[in-house]
Amino acid sequence: MIDIKKNRIIYIGLIILLLVLSANVTADDESPEFPVPPPPFSEGIFPCSECHADMEVNETPRELEFHENIKLKHFDGWCFDCHNPTNRDTLRLASGKVISFKESEFLCGQCHGTIFRDWKAGVHGKRTGMWNGKKEYRLCVHCHWPHEPRFKPIKPLPPPVRPEDIKYRKLQTDQIPENPLNRIIKEGIR
Amino acid sequence: MADKINKGHNFKSLNRRKFLKGAAIGLMSMALPLNKANASFWEAFFQKHFREMTNDELKAAIKRLEREYKDKYKIDFDIKTTKPLPGVLFGYGLDISRCIGCRRCVYACVRENNQSRDPQIHWITVLRFKKGEKWVSNLEEAEKYYYPDRVPEEGYFYVPVQCQQCENPPCVKVCPTQATWKDRDGIVVIDYNWCIGCRYCMAACPYGARHFNWGEPRIRGEELNRKVHYLGNRPRYRGVVEKCTFCIQRTREGRYPACVEICPVGARKFGNLLDPKSEIRYCIEKKRVFRLKEDLNTFPKFYYFFAT
Repeated sequence: MIDIKKNRIIYIGLIILLLVLSANVTADDESPEFPVPPPPFSEGIFPCSECHADMEVNETPRELEFHENIKLKHFDGWCFDCHNPTNRDTLRLASGKVISFKESEFLCGQCHGTIFRDWKAGVHGKRTGMWNGKKEYRLCVHCHWPHEPRFKPIKPLPPPVRPEDIKYRKLQTDQIPENPLNRIIKEGIR
Repeated sequence: MADKINKGHNFKSLNRRKFLKGAAIGLMSMALPLNKANASFWEAFFQKHFREMTNDELKAAIKRLEREYKDKYKIDFDIKTTKPLPGVLFGYGLDISRCIGCRRCVYACVRENNQSRDPQIHWITVLRFKKGEKWVSNLEEAEKYYYPDRVPEEGYFYVPVQCQQCENPPCVKVCPTQATWKDRDGIVVIDYNWCIGCRYCMAACPYGARHFNWGEPRIRGEELNRKVHYLGNRPRYRGVVEKCTFCIQRTREGRYPACVEICPVGARKFGNLLDPKSEIRYCIEKKRVFRLKEDLNTFPKFYYFFAT
């Protein structure tokens, strides 16, 4: 009699423990918010439905007429591996789940899992803001154009002056060299 | 005869000891720059060590500096003396597999930290190495003047080097005036008013991270960053040593350093080594990190890694 009672207490305890654990697991599963700026659409291209609403869906891979700049150099696939044919203003995961362009990282994360993990931890990709507080993330597509994701080479800034070329000369204020970064910032930095 | 000599000696009354005393005082007075009459100079001359100043003395020193800078640059500077945050030890991570050697960080640092444009001073040096060649032990022979049309170049990789903020900094040990020290958050700082420009620290640093103002630093007025820290990016003088401080004026207020924020490929990581959830701890725990010249026991807080 006493033994059963004891066991009962243990069972109840176990059930409570399981409930608590499962609650924890679900809490972990909920993806935290990543503050990202809006996706970098080319001007006038979004919403896609503006043109596509009246168009018929053509699933055959072909050379595109309107989006002539898009030559897929990413993987052996086609538009509808990522874009949603039934609602062009959204994306579609392999599971069939429809997501918004603002959370496209989940789409990339389907294949690039390790990178996605690093990105969530704040290690892959650029972060700005506070190291101990609010950070601004960037979507994958801010640095990698999804249709050709390889990072494009850029022009470097000038090398340092060689020690033998450092001469102390008289200079007017306007002769002091300008920081070459200013030019790049004016042109817009990636 | 003997009396005469004694008398003569007493009369002159200048023995060796007195002569040396007089000479020493004379020489010392020559060394004092008496021609500088303004009060500011003498206040600076008798300024106490940064860590020994009371709050009032510090405030007075800051006021004096702001006045001096106003005279010199015609700009109002905002000089902070923010103390280290408790429970913080700064660490830096750099992903060499991402770095493309574009030198954006070099010039963002120059802009943020008021380095002299001419004669030129850079706190960050980007080294270029050929892939597959011996490199970690040959940092001095690396190419730092590369300037192709586009980076990254095929077959090369890039390693930016700046102050490694050593836990066991050789530069601090050799400073004869204690003008440089390691603060509680791990940043090695310099008091430019105490630096005498002997450059011992530059000889001691194995990373070439310290730089000397051979001439009066010159910057265009409109390019000056007026938000400065006493131990960091305030304008320097001719004849003092300077170096990277992890942007002390930003990081002690919680912001990322300027080089982290400019990096177009996100190769630079920064955070608190004492916080297990920080980005830098993630790098150290999940990536294979290494530090430069580990064999010298300087214990840098600057971690390099090749992420996949």
